[in-house]
Amino acid sequence: MAFIPHTSDDIARMLEVIGARSIEDLFDEIPAELRAGTLNVPSALSEMEIGRLMTERAAIDGRPLNFIGAGAYEHHIPAPVWAIATRGEFYSAYTPYQAEASQGTLQLIYEYQSMMCALTGMEVSNASLYDGASALAEACLMAVRSNRSSTSRRILIPRAVNPTYTQVAQAIAGNQDINFVPVDFDRSAGRTLLEALKPHAGQDFTALVVQQPNFFGSLEEVDALTDWAHENKIMLIAVVNPTSLALLKPPGQWGAVVAGAQGADIVCGEGQALGVPLASGGPYFGFMATRMQYVRQMPGRIVGRTVDLEGRPGFSLTLQAREQHIRRSKATSNICTNQGLMVTAATIYMSLLGPRGLEAVAQASMQRTADLIAALTQVAGVKRAFTAAHFHEAVLLLDRPPAAVLAALSRRGILGGLDLSERYPELGHAVLVCATETKLAVDIESYAAALADVMSASRAAA
Amino acid sequence: MSNNIPSDLKYTKSHEWVRQAQNGAIEIGITDHAQSALGDLVFVEVPDVGRALSAGEACAVVESVKAASDVYSPLAGKVIANNGALASKPELLNEDPYGTGWLFRLETTGSAAVSSLMSASAYETFLAEESK
Repeated sequence: MAFIPHTSDDIARMLEVIGARSIEDLFDEIPAELRAGTLNVPSALSEMEIGRLMTERAAIDGRPLNFIGAGAYEHHIPAPVWAIATRGEFYSAYTPYQAEASQGTLQLIYEYQSMMCALTGMEVSNASLYDGASALAEACLMAVRSNRSSTSRRILIPRAVNPTYTQVAQAIAGNQDINFVPVDFDRSAGRTLLEALKPHAGQDFTALVVQQPNFFGSLEEVDALTDWAHENKIMLIAVVNPTSLALLKPPGQWGAVVAGAQGADIVCGEGQALGVPLASGGPYFGFMATRMQYVRQMPGRIVGRTVDLEGRPGFSLTLQAREQHIRRSKATSNICTNQGLMVTAATIYMSLLGPRGLEAVAQASMQRTADLIAALTQVAGVKRAFTAAHFHEAVLLLDRPPAAVLAALSRRGILGGLDLSERYPELGHAVLVCATETKLAVDIESYAAALADVMSASRAAA
Repeated sequence: MSNNIPSDLKYTKSHEWVRQAQNGAIEIGITDHAQSALGDLVFVEVPDVGRALSAGEACAVVESVKAASDVYSPLAGKVIANNGALASKPELLNEDPYGTGWLFRLETTGSAAVSSLMSASAYETFLAEESK
């Protein structure tokens, strides 16, 4: 494809036509504090010079030993995943409106949907959403459309849900007259407090959000939470980690069977852990699944299997009458972006690993985190914050402010965890740590030794 | 295009029909013209019984393979019945839009009367104008 840059004359003429003074004017809507600022890159460099500059800049980041999770997880990605995903046939993955020219992509999405249904225990999955946080916002909007017994537009959202997700849901759904009501967590167990829901019983709420494992890595009492919600005619939105579903009960089986139905009503989450590398927050992808009875309220694309005029099997976009390319402003959602390429990688990742492979990843991650907690809590001034069972993340309490400790570890090439003291001041000096199958015993030993060093140096300096 | 307009019904510009039933209740559906323009319906969503509607409020959705359109309540009122048969047989609306394809019944609450709506001949003129 030819790349022909605009000349300054072209740019001046285009700006004149639309009545803007400068290109900067076009970004007026973005608040100044959210702008990236300057990149500190010279205005014109040769290909060789720019390559060298970027290599130098990348080296500044180094290759730290990473023990931060908090929503994005470092898993091993088998080499074939991206070798296949970046083949020309898949690389331009975009919404395949033209079924006659897109059978390969459509079949892949169909397989992806089937895999997500199997993992979540739900009846129907969409072709993916933008990311985990916006998928939760979409799930909240969908619950408001679907829960016929509720008119309050109020959603219960535990404080143990990833606070970034809550913030994004608030930003997207809050502007559509939806109110979020926080639910406290048990300070000693580190999971949502059933007692904190009791005062809300019998009131009109549209949905209850349950994250499993929750932001602290703890396992929630999902059966009791699901049953409480359904007893009160409240829809249950599950936010789940897909890797964990290889071990944990799928949301479709949470709680008791009531009138032939069981489990969460809407399941969503972040799909990055399935073969997408950590990369400064993205591109990742969100997923969403539900029961057939709510399929028409679900945002995004769905690929269906069908037959052509001669009865041969084929795939096409289905149930799209309520989407934005047809229904415009009255569409079910205006975030219909499906993250085609990321989903391609995730589908290949899941196909290569299979159910047993994914289970092995989940088991190894859980074991490594248990080993990590055991090693780090041997260090003087470090203890576990919560008693609840956990998956591959947990909260540690230090006897001093985490910021300086984490900064010292970072200078030694270790990303020691996420400092929770600003988001959850009531926890004290709390740090969220994570280990996946990528962390070996030697890595855990290095971290524990470095932490012991840093803590005792800090104690001596005080 | 199919264009049956029974003379005993009233009509709206958004292509709903209204039948005067007993005790001041009204029955509502979409016209033959509307079902024909939408094509084969695959899903119909009707308002729940007990729901209070204001005049002109979007309260039902008729969905074909190519479009999903809102149905608006012609008058203010409370839903007293809906056509549950459409959930499994949306084609009833294509086959018999003024009969078995009805959408919902309303107990009117507003001051506006059924007589304020368009007559069959006015609706016929309106359709002719619209197609120009």
